[in-house]
Amino acid sequence: MSARDRQPRTPMLLTTLAALVLTVLPLPAWLDDARPAFVVLAVLFWSITAPRAGGIALGFVAGLMIDVFEGTVLGQHALALSFVTYIAVREHQKIRSKPLFQQALIVFGALFVYEFIVFAIDGWSGHPAMTAGRWLHVATGALVWPLAAALLGRTYEPR
Amino acid sequence: MAFAGGYRPSPGRGPSPGFRFTLYAVLSITCMFLDQRGGWLEKARYVLQAAAYPIQLVVRSPAAAWRWLEESFETRAALREENERLRAQNRELMLRTVRYDALVRENAQLRGLTEALPPLIERWLVAEVVNVELSSLRQRLLVNKGAQNGVFKGQAVIDESGLVGQTMRVGPWSAEIILITDPEHAVPVQIERTGVRTIAVGAGDARALALPYLPANADVREGDLLVTSGLGGVFPHGYPVARVTEVRRDAVQPLAQVRATPLAGLDRDREVLLVWFEETHPAAPSSAPVSGDLPAGDPAAQPQPAIRREPRPETPATGGSGSFSPTSDPAVPAATPAIARTAAVQEVPQ
Repeated sequence: MSARDRQPRTPMLLTTLAALVLTVLPLPAWLDDARPAFVVLAVLFWSITAPRAGGIALGFVAGLMIDVFEGTVLGQHALALSFVTYIAVREHQKIRSKPLFQQALIVFGALFVYEFIVFAIDGWSGHPAMTAGRWLHVATGALVWPLAAALLGRTYEPR
Repeated sequence: MAFAGGYRPSPGRGPSPGFRFTLYAVLSITCMFLDQRGGWLEKARYVLQAAAYPIQLVVRSPAAAWRWLEESFETRAALREENERLRAQNRELMLRTVRYDALVRENAQLRGLTEALPPLIERWLVAEVVNVELSSLRQRLLVNKGAQNGVFKGQAVIDESGLVGQTMRVGPWSAEIILITDPEHAVPVQIERTGVRTIAVGAGDARALALPYLPANADVREGDLLVTSGLGGVFPHGYPVARVTEVRRDAVQPLAQVRATPLAGLDRDREVLLVWFEETHPAAPSSAPVSGDLPAGDPAAQPQPAIRREPRPETPATGGSGSFSPTSDPAVPAATPAIARTAAVQEVPQ
């Protein structure tokens, strides 16, 4: 393995962009709440497998893009995603060594923290915040994690 | 390192993750503060929206490609049938236009004006819907026209059957429209039958509006038409908004619970109209927020070229004239609830 392969910047950016596209893809209303936060999953994956490639900057920029797409207060998702990325980057070795099932549990926690920050800022900035549906993607995201991690893993280590 | 996580900062790799996170957190919070407070970030958002637009187009491309394919394989018979239907519709609309012109002249005569007023809508622009967001928290549309086409923030958006919403964020080539059904949006409306003014608030569902400020004894029935009242300075007077579908009066509640269904096809529209108004027209949105607290049956209200779904040949004179109706209840102006007046102040234009 050369040094170039250890910093998979191109697949990182491409998959994050793809996740962004999946996030804005129009879906029927009943499916919309269950849509996993693909961007968060992608950013988490890259912070765990290659913490030096993107780091917290990736989380910040991806979060800012979510803010632009969803029309929320600029910085809302950026803050939430930077925080989750920071935790993931800091603990990447511990998380990486866990089996996929336990990783999914950690991802569940991370998604919950993420949604909680978004929810809190919604409340403080005077936007309607309280629906039960907004928490659903935390569970679906954790369920999707093993699959997402396997797919993302293939994009840069074709072995 | 103070961090327990085993992140080994290598020399030359810059500051630690904790420091970086603090930096980004401060940046995010500054962004939020500025965005919430004033228009400081308007420019940044404009640029970011332009950068985001290609991705939004990519997202829409499968649907657009499918539609194109569908259209190109349409049979000759289907096209002819459509042509036939459009021709019939055109004929009917022509007839109605002629009758409308006559009515406008007659109306001007009746009011002692020397000449009829020009139509209220001065200019319009057809915009294609690029992206739709219809969740219980946000009801938004993205359209493919922006500041380059002269679109401005707070512009009224309609479709052929009713009010759609207003522009909220304008990028160079795209604009985000907040629908009247968004929970953060409120339209000042008037019940056409009685002239009672109130506020219609979005219910977070593309087929429902709520009228939370009507007292339990207000004269409102199922089937009543709601038109814009022209207060608040965004929408013109007398444009159709919704039809009341449900009125519940609870003995213990001081306010009636009223729901209405928007007339515009908010969840079906492929195209919407961005409109510019004749500013000097009496029915144009007033710039002063609540100063125009006219009595309910105000004759200054002009008929609108509002296109109705069903033709009403029996009562052409009251066609789109809002509350100027000979059959309206004489006691109505007194019935205008004070709460509606105070509520009009909290209209949210953005």
